[in-house]
Amino acid sequence: MPAEQVMTLAAIVLPFLAALIAPWLTRRLGHHAAWVLALLPLLVFIRFASYVPKVAAGGVVTGGFIWVPSFNLSFSWFLDGLSLTFALLISGIGTLIVLYSGGYLKGHPQLGRFFVFILLFMGAMLGLVISDSFLMLFVYWELTSLTSFLLIGFDHTRAASRRAALQALVVTGLGGLSLLAGLLVTWNITGITQFSLLVRLGGDITASPFYLLALVLLLGGAFTKSAQFPFYFWLPNAMEAPTPVSAYLHSATMVKAGVYLVMRLNPTFGGTPAWETILPLFGGTTLLVGALLAIRQTDLKLMLAYTTVASLGLMVMLTGFGSDYAVAAAVLYLVAHSLFKGALFMVAGLIDHESGTRDVRQLGGLRKAMPITFVAALAAAFSMGGLPPFFGFLAKEEIYAALYAADYWSLAFVAVAVIGNALMFVIGFVVAFKPFLGEKVKTPKDAHEGPALLWLGPFLLALAGLLAAVFSPLFHAIISSPMASAVAGHSEEITISLLPHLGMPLYLSLATVVLATAIYLALTPARNAIAATLTALGWGPDRGFDQFIAASVRASRMLTAILQPGRLDIYMTVTFLAVAAALLAPMAIYGEWPSLPAWPEDAEIHELAIILIAFIGLAAVIWARDRLTAIVTLGVQGFAVALIFMLFGAPDLSFTQFMVETLSVVILALVMTRLRLSPADHRPTKQKIFDASVASLCGVGFMLYLLAVTEQPFNSYLTDFFVAYSKVVAHGANIVNVVIVDFRGTDTLGEIAVVMVAGLAILSLIRVRAGWRPGMLAENDPDAPRGEGT
Amino acid sequence: MRTVIFRTVAPYLTSLMVLFSIFVLLRGHNEPGGGFIGGLIAASAFAIYGIACGVAPVRRALYFHPMALSAFGLLMSTLAGMISLPLSVPFMTGNWMKLHLFGNEIDLSSVLLFDIGVYFVVLGAITSIALALEERDRG
Amino acid sequence: MEALFSLLVGALFAVSIYLFLSKHIIRMLLGAAILGNAVNLLIFTAGRLTREVPPIIATDETTLTTAAANPLPQALILTAIVISFSFFAFLLVLGYRAFQELDTDDTDEMRVAEPADEDAPPLGY
Repeated sequence: MPAEQVMTLAAIVLPFLAALIAPWLTRRLGHHAAWVLALLPLLVFIRFASYVPKVAAGGVVTGGFIWVPSFNLSFSWFLDGLSLTFALLISGIGTLIVLYSGGYLKGHPQLGRFFVFILLFMGAMLGLVISDSFLMLFVYWELTSLTSFLLIGFDHTRAASRRAALQALVVTGLGGLSLLAGLLVTWNITGITQFSLLVRLGGDITASPFYLLALVLLLGGAFTKSAQFPFYFWLPNAMEAPTPVSAYLHSATMVKAGVYLVMRLNPTFGGTPAWETILPLFGGTTLLVGALLAIRQTDLKLMLAYTTVASLGLMVMLTGFGSDYAVAAAVLYLVAHSLFKGALFMVAGLIDHESGTRDVRQLGGLRKAMPITFVAALAAAFSMGGLPPFFGFLAKEEIYAALYAADYWSLAFVAVAVIGNALMFVIGFVVAFKPFLGEKVKTPKDAHEGPALLWLGPFLLALAGLLAAVFSPLFHAIISSPMASAVAGHSEEITISLLPHLGMPLYLSLATVVLATAIYLALTPARNAIAATLTALGWGPDRGFDQFIAASVRASRMLTAILQPGRLDIYMTVTFLAVAAALLAPMAIYGEWPSLPAWPEDAEIHELAIILIAFIGLAAVIWARDRLTAIVTLGVQGFAVALIFMLFGAPDLSFTQFMVETLSVVILALVMTRLRLSPADHRPTKQKIFDASVASLCGVGFMLYLLAVTEQPFNSYLTDFFVAYSKVVAHGANIVNVVIVDFRGTDTLGEIAVVMVAGLAILSLIRVRAGWRPGMLAENDPDAPRGEGT
Repeated sequence: MRTVIFRTVAPYLTSLMVLFSIFVLLRGHNEPGGGFIGGLIAASAFAIYGIACGVAPVRRALYFHPMALSAFGLLMSTLAGMISLPLSVPFMTGNWMKLHLFGNEIDLSSVLLFDIGVYFVVLGAITSIALALEERDRG
Repeated sequence: MEALFSLLVGALFAVSIYLFLSKHIIRMLLGAAILGNAVNLLIFTAGRLTREVPPIIATDETTLTTAAANPLPQALILTAIVISFSFFAFLLVLGYRAFQELDTDDTDEMRVAEPADEDAPPLGY
């Protein structure tokens, strides 16, 4: 592997390595470990930044190695404009988040664990966006679900936190399965397992009859991950996590994974009526629902969470429109959103951290106490509201330019976009104005500016939003245009700049601002109106999730009660009925019954006598009424079998069988003398008849099966091998023994190990007599509920 | 079961059976016999001794714990399989060596070692089971 | 001759399964002992029967010269006998200990692991 690829591989595994050393580092340095740990994602950022010139020039970066050749599976990466932008956002914002976490969770006893989780998540997310092969994408996709479960449930002593974590895991995990199925269908249609090949395929796949199936399954993965309606509910609940998690997962990473997937699929799957209907409809609904629900909230983080839902809807909607403008708008908005939403979440956390509350009604007048935070919040809110001179402005202009057209379909979505943007605008300024302006309100903690670890992140992100807009030609050249080209599937140039150009987009922007101002002024009535509507509706997807979980638990309990009634006789009956069916059904279906055998004329009288003895012994075992008879008759049939072995050329078997039967009788007698139980049958007659028929069915099955086998010509291939080589190669005349100790020696080794383990198990069963009493199981059961306040 | 005759005969019977078991073990490669049968015969011998004279004398006579004998056998069998490793042939390949002792030619082989290991495993495990059950019987 | 053996094998299986289906540990143990014989005899018969001549190569020969019994099933069965005995002994002791602790040999009443009146799983988070 060339050195350049080794470096990239190192960048991919670096977050995981960072996760490994994080606990140790945190124990040594406390929260200052953040400064050291942040260096590692920074290195990753620098590494990926070095690819920018190549990708900006239209190239792609690929590399990797073959992992499982037999499955044509490789560990490979594929970096085009889309992946690279994501990689830069993940590692760049990740660096700031690590710093922010150090400040936010300063002194937290589990800070080291938190770093582990967040770095693992970073590694998974990074792997997701640069994976070339389908399977790698899926593995990383599930890894992000798992690590986000750990992050959301970080505060695991609270039930709300656990519920949120479980909800995120269930929703995104189910989506992951859908994604896997979709990828497999895609693989079946195209024979391709790599994105680098898929994006070059063009629209061939849309002609396949399985196109719609693949599309729906893939979108099932993307929509759950990106919290599209009606799967959006897990995202606001995930706000139970510490703020750094929200800032990271819900700005640039986790929830964008679905958007990434949709964008990645656009060149191949896009452009069809299905694509251009499903995506805008779901995206538009999500935008409206998210934005409206955001207005209802009073908690800063929850407001931001719902606007994230809305933003994700907007991105999906734009990607679904499929025009070049729409793709450009989606790309610009994605970048802008990552920057301003990350900043705003961190601001919300900062306010919470410094003042002790996140409720917007209890905050005010913090601008003097927290000036840097105020500036960062203001800048981010401007970007979110789509006001110049921030990057969000470019995005919003592009959105309106993309959506506007003179037909009802377009106009409807323009209206949706205007309303959604206006509502998000309102939220942005609620977060940026309400806590900082006005009268100073008494807060639980006396607020003042936080340490650099805390304000550095939002400040730099807000600054990035400004710089990207001011130097838009450069930014478009290196980031936006390559990314838009990757999403569109053909070369695309983005030119929009801060210079105002009169036209429909600008008028729509003005309309947005006017609408937003109106809502801002009437915020409290609006909030109350939405709250009243929701109370009237009463039943949302969030409660649906609870019902779903409860229903599955009940259903599985019912199923368990049917499948595992806990009665051995039922298990036995079912098992042996299945055995009988397995034996008889094939013969019945294919009509391959054995022919009726003739009476063996050559049977000698002593052979017949021994077989008869065996039958008598068997019958006597069934009807034995006392212990001694049972033991003796058991011995009778055993010795009869031993004699049969003797008569048919198997002296080794015969000796062994004799010894074993003797020992069986001895130990059975030893135990039975202690076990004062009658072996007599206590079943009611009806039950006896039923059991006897099941047993006879099995017996007849085995008999017919054996008859059928022995009627076939004998294949002596293996026997001939052992006969031919026993003496020549293995120097033994007793072929049976040679087979056991030489030809099949390894097998025998395993078998004697079993014998020894059985001996050990018996010994411990007899010896371990620490008095068992009812209830001991429950005491030792780690799953058993304990008294704890939840 | 602890009649005088049985108690008097049992030690001799046991010794004879153990001797016979070794004979069966060693001739196993060319005549009917082998480690499994030998081990079972020896185990029965000790079981009989235990029934006749009690478990304590058997434990004394064996000196080692039966499970230890069993583990020793498993180790021996495994090592017999590993003899092939320094000779760079696959695990469990049979290796033979001819030994000239007092004018007689004796075949020694890793296979024989393996079979002796089997003998000890069976002897140890089953004696252990039988003795444990007999102890409970008196307890 | 194979037909007669098939009948015996069928009878062995039927008896052992009938014993398994009864709800008493002791009868199940007897069934387990018989099941071992049933399977062994099944394998033995499937390898075809040859009277009296064991598969042992004469001293001055390098291979079997007369028709002898099939050595392969014998090798399989030999270890199977010993293992099924170990297993039988284990079951015996297990049943014995279960009887000691639970004071019953009726499987309907042995419900420590899967109690009949198990509580519903918790629905919280």
